[in-house]
Amino acid sequence: MKASFFDASEAENRLLPGGTFRGPTPYVIAIMTFVMMIVAAAGLALANAAGVVANAVEHRYVLQLPDGRDGKLEQAVTAARTLRGVTSVEPVPEEQMRRTLEHWVGPGGLGEELPVPAIVHLDLAPGANASAVAESLQRAIPGGRFIAEQATVQPLLGSLRALRWLAVALVLLMAAATSAAVVLAARSALDTHRSTIDIMHGIGATDAQIARLFQRKIALDALVGALAGAAIAAIALLIVGGGGAALARDVAGTTPLRTGDLFLLALMPLAAAVLATLVARAAVLSALRKAP
Amino acid sequence: MARRRTRATSHADGRGGLLSAIVEFDSVGLRYGTGAEVLRDLDFRLAKGAFYFLSGPSGAGKTSLLQLLYLARRPTRGRIRLFGEDLTDASRDVLPDFRRRIGVVFQDFRLVRHLSAFDNVALPLRIAGKSDAEVEGPVREMLAWVGLADRASARPPTLSGGEQQRVAIARAVVSQPELLVADEPTGNVDSEMAARLLHLFTALNRLGTTIVVATHDVGLITSTPGARLMRLEKGTLADPTGALRNPPAEPVRAR
Repeated sequence: MKASFFDASEAENRLLPGGTFRGPTPYVIAIMTFVMMIVAAAGLALANAAGVVANAVEHRYVLQLPDGRDGKLEQAVTAARTLRGVTSVEPVPEEQMRRTLEHWVGPGGLGEELPVPAIVHLDLAPGANASAVAESLQRAIPGGRFIAEQATVQPLLGSLRALRWLAVALVLLMAAATSAAVVLAARSALDTHRSTIDIMHGIGATDAQIARLFQRKIALDALVGALAGAAIAAIALLIVGGGGAALARDVAGTTPLRTGDLFLLALMPLAAAVLATLVARAAVLSALRKAP
Repeated sequence: MARRRTRATSHADGRGGLLSAIVEFDSVGLRYGTGAEVLRDLDFRLAKGAFYFLSGPSGAGKTSLLQLLYLARRPTRGRIRLFGEDLTDASRDVLPDFRRRIGVVFQDFRLVRHLSAFDNVALPLRIAGKSDAEVEGPVREMLAWVGLADRASARPPTLSGGEQQRVAIARAVVSQPELLVADEPTGNVDSEMAARLLHLFTALNRLGTTIVVATHDVGLITSTPGARLMRLEKGTLADPTGALRNPPAEPVRAR
């Protein structure tokens, strides 16, 4: 009984007949790994999307004027362009504002007497003092509101982050369910081979020697199941996510899953197999310790 | 067959002699669950290298006593020392090392049904970490000794009761244990095979193995010169002369 972990001797293989891949373990682990990878991929894509959105609006601000008429918009643009830290100033043309407002008030509903609000988009340099810019604009254009776009999209970012953590929780839940399935498989295997175990104990086998026989078998089952589940998940991600990836590249200049994410996903089946092996060993040793 | 050195304790016997004990039971009792004690007040010492027969009526507790000897059970009271070590409360992690020094012939053979006779006999050696090359010779020799050389690849269900018993005996002695415990080892064999097995036991005993054989077979007992008798009745050991509690001092035989 000196063979290494994956190099079981013929004699050791004969001790626990039945071979690998006969029970439900590889199939359960394949399904769990498939679901874990899909959920993890979704979680990583959501995290990336949140990052893209957050980066896009990180230095963007909006100056809102209740009435942009009578040269107030031009005054605001001129004032903004003179401020330190402001890298770009982009007013929304009055005509565009009028067209937008007509969606609510109807065509021609905006008479000359009604005020037309004005909006100016500002980009600040990284590290610029936004509070100082806001105060300067307040002084120059009384009644104007200086708003960070990040605050506007905060609810969306919050939802994306919550979904990301939900994905993490689901992956952990799947890992827990996989562990439970492995514990059941290990106990079932122990019951099946109870008489052999009793004989081995009686003639001097240690718990570790017996556990190694079971954990090797379960590890091989888990590895094959996890790799099969991962392969199916990869195919599903390519089919479902392929079109989305091209769109995301066009719109956001990046793919939903980056190289690091793909590496992380590739590690998941190995992690599932290692987890199953460790859980199997712990379950077998725990059960054996209850023997006299 | 080279012998391992047994670390047995030596006790002064009060008469200037030394007794080398391989097994010591002090006030040992055993009960199952909350029932009455099946073994009571067992006080005895087994001398290293001696040959013992354990007899007694059915239900006297012979198998329970043997289970205590081969560390399958722990006593509910008293102390047990084996090979000089107090194993009464020993951690279960240390027990395998001691079990490997004990050969056991179980009453119900306890062969692994899906392993061949060869693999069953090889099991103790493989558990002890021997390579296939190291296992081959001793196992073939032992199977030949019990007359099963041509049945090495047969599985237990295809063997007769007597053949299974011989495989069990071969497995028990293949690692040349320091203590051999056998529960009715000749119960399923004819008289000729019983004599051969007894010859095997005495040969092993001459090499230094302490033998304890539980049997009803009076012929077996009478045909083994020098063997000592332990008689168990209703869970207690009959020891009218005190010879088991305080065995007569005699030099340990040089083998």
